[in-house]
Amino acid sequence: MTTINLLQAVNLTLKQEMARDQRIIVFGEDVGYEGGVFRATVDLQKEFGKDRCMDSPLSESSIVGVGIGMAINGMLPVVEMQFMGFSYPAFNQIISHVARMRNRSRGRFSVPMVIRMPYGGGIRALEHHSESTEAIYSHIPGLKVVIPSTPYDAKGLLAAAIRDEDPVIFLEPKRIYRAFKQEVPDEEYIIPIGKANVVREGKDITLISWGAMMREALKAADLAKDKGISVEVIDLRTISPIDRDTIIESVKKTGRVVIVHEAAKTLGVGAELISIINEKAFLYLEAPPLRVTGFDTPFPLPQGEHHYLPSPERIFNKIMETVNYLT
Amino acid sequence: MLFKNYNPLDKKMFQIMDENSNIKNEEYMPDLNKEELLTMYENMIQTREADLKALMYQRQGRMLTYAPNIGQEAAQVGSAFALEKKDWMVPSFRELGAWLTRGADLKMIYLYWYGNEFGSHIPEDLKILPVSVPIASHLNHAVGISWASTLQGKDEVSIAYFGDGATSQGDFHEAMNWAGAFNTPTVFLCQNNQFAISVPRGSQTSSETIAQKAVAYGMPGIQVDGNDILAMYVATKTAIERARRGEGPTLIEAYTYRIGAHTTSDDPTRYRTDDEVEVWKKKDPIDRMKKYLIDKGYLNEEENDRLVEKCGKIAEEAFKYVETNGKTKLDDIFKYHYKEITPQLLEQMEEYKEFLNERGEL
Repeated sequence: MTTINLLQAVNLTLKQEMARDQRIIVFGEDVGYEGGVFRATVDLQKEFGKDRCMDSPLSESSIVGVGIGMAINGMLPVVEMQFMGFSYPAFNQIISHVARMRNRSRGRFSVPMVIRMPYGGGIRALEHHSESTEAIYSHIPGLKVVIPSTPYDAKGLLAAAIRDEDPVIFLEPKRIYRAFKQEVPDEEYIIPIGKANVVREGKDITLISWGAMMREALKAADLAKDKGISVEVIDLRTISPIDRDTIIESVKKTGRVVIVHEAAKTLGVGAELISIINEKAFLYLEAPPLRVTGFDTPFPLPQGEHHYLPSPERIFNKIMETVNYLT
Repeated sequence: MLFKNYNPLDKKMFQIMDENSNIKNEEYMPDLNKEELLTMYENMIQTREADLKALMYQRQGRMLTYAPNIGQEAAQVGSAFALEKKDWMVPSFRELGAWLTRGADLKMIYLYWYGNEFGSHIPEDLKILPVSVPIASHLNHAVGISWASTLQGKDEVSIAYFGDGATSQGDFHEAMNWAGAFNTPTVFLCQNNQFAISVPRGSQTSSETIAQKAVAYGMPGIQVDGNDILAMYVATKTAIERARRGEGPTLIEAYTYRIGAHTTSDDPTRYRTDDEVEVWKKKDPIDRMKKYLIDKGYLNEEENDRLVEKCGKIAEEAFKYVETNGKTKLDDIFKYHYKEITPQLLEQMEEYKEFLNERGEL
């Protein structure tokens, strides 16, 4: 066991995986010599050499496009988009090729690559540095989208992503990169992609979230507990494919659901979750499923971001609205 | 020496055989025997015949939209002939001649244009990527493939094909830049056929040549007469050998002309004159090679007729196969997208099958 933060968990996992499999290669802007602007890849170049961890030209489309070629020719690229907001120049590569190559070639060529992106707000960043557009990537068939919310999950999920034979978009909630530490096993372990985590069991309402918002969701669940409300808290962990069974099972038990995400509201992942619940558990519902989300605006600059990010109080109010529906 | 002698900034076009089939540049004449020359010629004829049949089938409503290659056979066959089996080819979508030269089955290629993804299922023994419809993004794949070759100590080179329009895309510049910076064994082969659908080369870029763009990325560039199969072969072979020696990437501009339409959905009479097309028809790469082979005594008219007939039959047979076997099976829509089908996709497939079943259509 070692006590580390989420960022250190990413770094440790990359080291262990690179030592395990020689085919793994890590690259992106500043990831080599400097070890990444957040230091997620620190020491990898020192340990594995410049051929295994290197600085790329400043060209997102190439980082992904070159990664595709390397994956096709026998390697396992784990590439970094410096910020999720900088992944858009690589959008064509991700959607047109990463997501489709296996299908296009009927399985002859697959692209087993991981695209890591620090995402989300709350770090007082510049414009374009706080994007939370996981819904966009989740809408694309062929990609898997994974978001850890703890150091433990980051290690198990990243190892799973690297070993997955399909391409994985791995979104790292940078707000909690260094926010807290947790005991994490030294040895390798896998948390399966496509499975949600019931973080806390409860019987009155289901609260679903992921990434940095899990911390706010748990605080809100504590506020509700003080009012005698038992909240079941689910960490989605994988945004695509969504673990429908865990969600449905929980909603059938509680009859109420609130979804929390920091992404914009319209057509966000929350909308998909509500559709799934309506399709599969409509008759179990005691109240309409509700959402606490960011707004349908760009993420505000730091002077306004505290308004945008869902707070425990906003989540708590929505929990109460749901619990008190028609009573 | 070739790339030094034809520095793109000097604006000299590399040619070995002139438009009257005379060898004008003996110094660079490749060491190809009769059999090899005839194989190259046969690949051009097969490409032309396959094109003509495809256009006919498309007009009969039996084939999807099709992108003809007529006029560009030398650029494709000549360059692909310089590759070895171990090398990778990363095509765009108008490279029929290169596919066939590398040993791809016409049945597979027709299957693609017939609308079945199995046309992109490249057999294990061929190192060719599927057709890439987005423009220029595949150039980065070629760079990645060849960089992976270097890192893994594999003696492979990759060649990427693209058109003049692709040079306007960011991905062209990113791929060229990366290849130059990393010295990857990549050959960039631009088929400058003068038009990106309706937009002429002159509106695409104000560079005097495409070849000179190589200078900015720190690699050799060369403009080649794309209708001269011998020059295309020599330029590509030189670039491949250079890459194999670890000396890095090269940009080749094949200066040619698309005689046909961009695709069967396009009407080129709207944006170019008959006179211009006639001028280029006189430079037909097949006519040029044919006359050369006849002059050499390697071919006569009767043998040529037999070859054309044989290639036409192969195309007919290939299409017959496709019409008999080309229907997409329902499961195939779902089962290749992920390594293992997701619960969501499985549910969608089963729900749809039930729908068909109830209608008696499964």
